[in-house]
Amino acid sequence: MDLVEKALAGDRRALARLLSLVEDDSPQAQEALAVLHPHTGRAHIVGVTGAPGTGKSTLVNELAKRLRARGTTVGIVAVDPTSPFTGGAILGDRVRMRDLAGDPGIFIRSMATRGSLGGLARATGDAVKVLDAVGFQTILVETVGVGQAEVDVARTAHTVVVVEAPGLGDDVQALKAGLLEIADILVVNKADRPGAGQTALALEATLGLGWNNSNAADGWRPPILKTVALDGTGVEAVVEAIDAHRAFLQQSGLWVQKEQERVRADLMQALHREMLDRLIEQVGEAEIDRWVGRIVAREVDVYTAVESLLERPE
Amino acid sequence: MSKQFRVLIAKPGLDGHDRGAKVVARALRDAGMEVIYTGLRQTPEMIVEAALQEDVDAVGLSILSGAHMTLVPRVLEGLREAGLEDVKVFVGGIIPDEDAEALKEMGVVEIFGPGTSTQTIVEAFHRHLAGG
Repeated sequence: MDLVEKALAGDRRALARLLSLVEDDSPQAQEALAVLHPHTGRAHIVGVTGAPGTGKSTLVNELAKRLRARGTTVGIVAVDPTSPFTGGAILGDRVRMRDLAGDPGIFIRSMATRGSLGGLARATGDAVKVLDAVGFQTILVETVGVGQAEVDVARTAHTVVVVEAPGLGDDVQALKAGLLEIADILVVNKADRPGAGQTALALEATLGLGWNNSNAADGWRPPILKTVALDGTGVEAVVEAIDAHRAFLQQSGLWVQKEQERVRADLMQALHREMLDRLIEQVGEAEIDRWVGRIVAREVDVYTAVESLLERPE
Repeated sequence: MSKQFRVLIAKPGLDGHDRGAKVVARALRDAGMEVIYTGLRQTPEMIVEAALQEDVDAVGLSILSGAHMTLVPRVLEGLREAGLEDVKVFVGGIIPDEDAEALKEMGVVEIFGPGTSTQTIVEAFHRHLAGG
């Protein structure tokens, strides 16, 4: 694995090639990840998520600048959506990350979702592992602009920053399940706009309710921080909150627990894919099509078909 | 599915006319490619760095400022220095014929002048990328 050795030695071209192998799900990627695995587990993985247009990319840019100012190396994986119709994608997060150009302590990779629906690409987790293995100390994972239920980032990141902006909805939105529940840090960006105070208050009220029951066991209450990412106002406080959350995870033992949960989810997902691939290979696409036909013709239902497919003799 | 092509669309130099670059980015997206769009006022160094990090198959440069004879060679040279000589470079913009010839000799694979249809551009990208 020449590529892996080069990447571990700091070759950025090799790193970029490795990330492509992982993204394209190539057989070499599995070998590479196996070699890289012992080198992983050192980075602080920070997810940045929120609705489209709340300022995620701009915030990531500002966070990275501040992390670099104190000497932390930063890997960035920025995810944008793939068109469900053409398979193409516009990956535009770099537009907001101009300030980070020319710094060897930073590596930015844009990724298309390629059909994944949880706010990340299938390969995002593996891309993060690659960046972790080659030594980036903090890895910022920016999700696609999400709605309410795309919460995959919570399984990939140690610390999740949820970015909100004023004017996106009333306080009932803040009551709903999903995105807010995965927040370790809440940022109300564009805080120079009208309604920012109200948004923060609505979040505060919701969090107050939640914190009294479900999250109380953790002992971490997500801070609500106001920022204007465009000019950097308030971003230092977000960096401090990210540090504080890391310290909290490590002291409380949750770092290890989260790692175990993450690895379990990872293992389950890999098993799921591998078993499905093997089954399809074994029975053949034609057989699957035959069952689809039978289901459409109302001869059998989906669950009967599954039972039959799984019970086929070797 | 065939290989997923990744393309960088960038605007080097100081002119602020990015409509063309955006139209091309959108057309390539609709043709099924992943298009990394970097926006305005990119230096050749920034473009080379982005091409390297994103591991793209092609770079499309949109230049309407007249500075193509300074900017394009610097991008080509930077790509070579970074070991990215296999990345195909396309240029769009107002490029006089004699300059176009010179740029092609330097290694630009295709040049698109004003009025080129997106269809033509998409076909050219497909042809050069599929050709390896």
